[in-house]
Amino acid sequence: MHFGRFRSVRSGKVALWQISFGPECQSATLAGPRKYCQSATLALRKEAFIAKQSETLKNIMLKRFCSIFIARNKEYFRDRAAFGWNFLFPFLIIAGFAIMFQRDGHTEYKCGVIPSENPKKIHEPLPHILKDITLLKFVEFQNRDIGFEKLKHHRLDLVLEQGSDPLRYWISETSPKGTVAESLLLKALYDPGYLADKVSRESVKGRQIHYIDWLFPGILAMNMMFSGLFGVGYVIVRYRKTGALKRFKATPLTSFEYLTAQVVSRMFLLLFTNVIVYAGCAFLFNFHCQGSYFDLILLFSLGSVSIISLGLVVAARASSEEFASGILNMITWPMMFLSEVWFSLEGTPDWVRTFSQFFPLIHVTEGMRRIMNEGASIGDLGFQIMVLSMMSVIFMLIGSILFKWTKE
Amino acid sequence: MNTILEVRNLVKHYPGVKAVDGLDLSIQPGICFGLLGPNGAGKTTTIEIIEGIISPTSGEIFYKGSPPTSDFREEVGIQFQSTSLLSFLSVRETLETFHNLYRNPMPLEELVSLCQLEDILDRYNDKISGGQKQRLMLAMALVNDPELVFLDEPTTGLDPQARRHVWEIVEKIKTRGKTVVLTTHYMEEAHILCDEIAIVDKGKIIAKGSPDDLLNKHCSGVTVSLPRESFPKSPEEIFPEGSGKCGAWKLFETQKRYEFRTNNVNECVNALLNIGTDLSYMTVRSQNLEDLFLELTGHQLRQ
Repeated sequence: MHFGRFRSVRSGKVALWQISFGPECQSATLAGPRKYCQSATLALRKEAFIAKQSETLKNIMLKRFCSIFIARNKEYFRDRAAFGWNFLFPFLIIAGFAIMFQRDGHTEYKCGVIPSENPKKIHEPLPHILKDITLLKFVEFQNRDIGFEKLKHHRLDLVLEQGSDPLRYWISETSPKGTVAESLLLKALYDPGYLADKVSRESVKGRQIHYIDWLFPGILAMNMMFSGLFGVGYVIVRYRKTGALKRFKATPLTSFEYLTAQVVSRMFLLLFTNVIVYAGCAFLFNFHCQGSYFDLILLFSLGSVSIISLGLVVAARASSEEFASGILNMITWPMMFLSEVWFSLEGTPDWVRTFSQFFPLIHVTEGMRRIMNEGASIGDLGFQIMVLSMMSVIFMLIGSILFKWTKE
Repeated sequence: MNTILEVRNLVKHYPGVKAVDGLDLSIQPGICFGLLGPNGAGKTTTIEIIEGIISPTSGEIFYKGSPPTSDFREEVGIQFQSTSLLSFLSVRETLETFHNLYRNPMPLEELVSLCQLEDILDRYNDKISGGQKQRLMLAMALVNDPELVFLDEPTTGLDPQARRHVWEIVEKIKTRGKTVVLTTHYMEEAHILCDEIAIVDKGKIIAKGSPDDLLNKHCSGVTVSLPRESFPKSPEEIFPEGSGKCGAWKLFETQKRYEFRTNNVNECVNALLNIGTDLSYMTVRSQNLEDLFLELTGHQLRQ
């Protein structure tokens, strides 16, 4: 960066005003034209001067913004613990889910097999047809009571008795998984001819979306939300508490410059970490993005700006980290559950779905999923783009109006 | 009058406390002005109001004859009593960050040599000693080559050597023609550095002038001090109600010493010899600002 520039502009101010009485006017002999010439030149020069001044002001603002932006980025990259965590956290979650859902996101149902009450029938196997139900996992027990106990405590979803005819089974009335396991069992026992008249089975064509494909954009968005809200909110509150912000108040730095630097810096860092996480996960778990990467990055960036701006609102006044952390948790947890990070809100009451629309994150997860899973382009996501832009502007406005450098 | 800074009838009330209670100041350019007073006297509140960090309950501030404009921040340098810095930055980067916030900053090399920071430039700003940190704070206050510098207790908590380092830097700032406004509760520091001082107590200025003028006006003479054992019998009996050539005496219980303040040291010493006082442990010193403060407020300065 070049510092001498501003000095020369300052001295330029003197030079400009001198020129206005320069040679072109000296030649005029009559008082009238000379005066006219002077004032016209003056007006012109003044305009040029004002234009130059506003340009200088822009440069100064940009310089101050860059100064804070650079300092913040250095701090982020040097804080090894937090930095490492930002990468590790999403990797661990994705890896964990990939292992848990090796069956493409299907859940297994546990079926306990207990011996018959009749000691003669104790070694009779279960009907062969049951072995074909791939979603049921059979666990054998020597003791009937242990089987029932486990069913009561939801360790098992279903219990079958060996050698019983008709086949006896137990479920727990309070377990939703028990009902599913029961229907799996019953379906296997139906005569296929009986079902044929009543239902007809067909599969959707085209590429299948696995649960992990659906989950991945949600995890990235969630990671962005935590990093954006805590990373910005917490840092500002801490600096207000320690007095580092007070020191800035004594400089020409404006709150607008400071806050913009925080937002842009965090957005840049979020992009940086998430591109790496994305690449790593795509390589390890073979994800595909149906839409364009450019659209994805655009939506993600806009989403991060809206969430960071929400962080600015929380951090506008607070000077206690405990208080800020409480508020941030109060926002992040409901936002995570109501933004379809882990599960779809399909079928939930209307008010839940309406309420969830007030969170920026749901528009990010929705948009990212449509780009990655459905190949939507940014043009198809007008609603999400509009909502996120509006939220960004509103949050940033509130955040900067409420912002205080010092604790009162 | 050609003042760089003027404060008129400044008042700051906090719930239940009058931190600043009708304070007036008028500071000439190019001098070092000291605000002296005990902890809680209102020094820091006063200068933080002037700096624009906190807002006053009432009162007016004039910088170069008019209320401070946006340029004020470009032209003043500020060192707070305690500041925490941005984490994970080296001393050099900290200075660069602040350097870039100003329109006409002082070249960094000049600043570094002025504040003797050459050896610690690449250390993280939280991995330096107290004295080094204070010099970094001074450098941050000077980074914009300010005309007016506020230093709030720049040497509190420093060892004598580090304190002298800071004094040297303040002297250098003065020789550059800057105006310095300094708060301190060290009388010695005020006497060495300041051309003019104002003594603040309970939010009010109780005296102002040059240190020597104030001493001459309020505390002439010298102080003669003797331990209790030096007297043949207790001074209470020898000098009832403070009579005698030595004038009034005071007992300093903790030091077990008696102090006489006298305008004629010869007569006082003669009188003491005449009554058989042992002068082996006698000390004679001129009046200092601490005496002045005691004289003016009737209570100890360092509370």
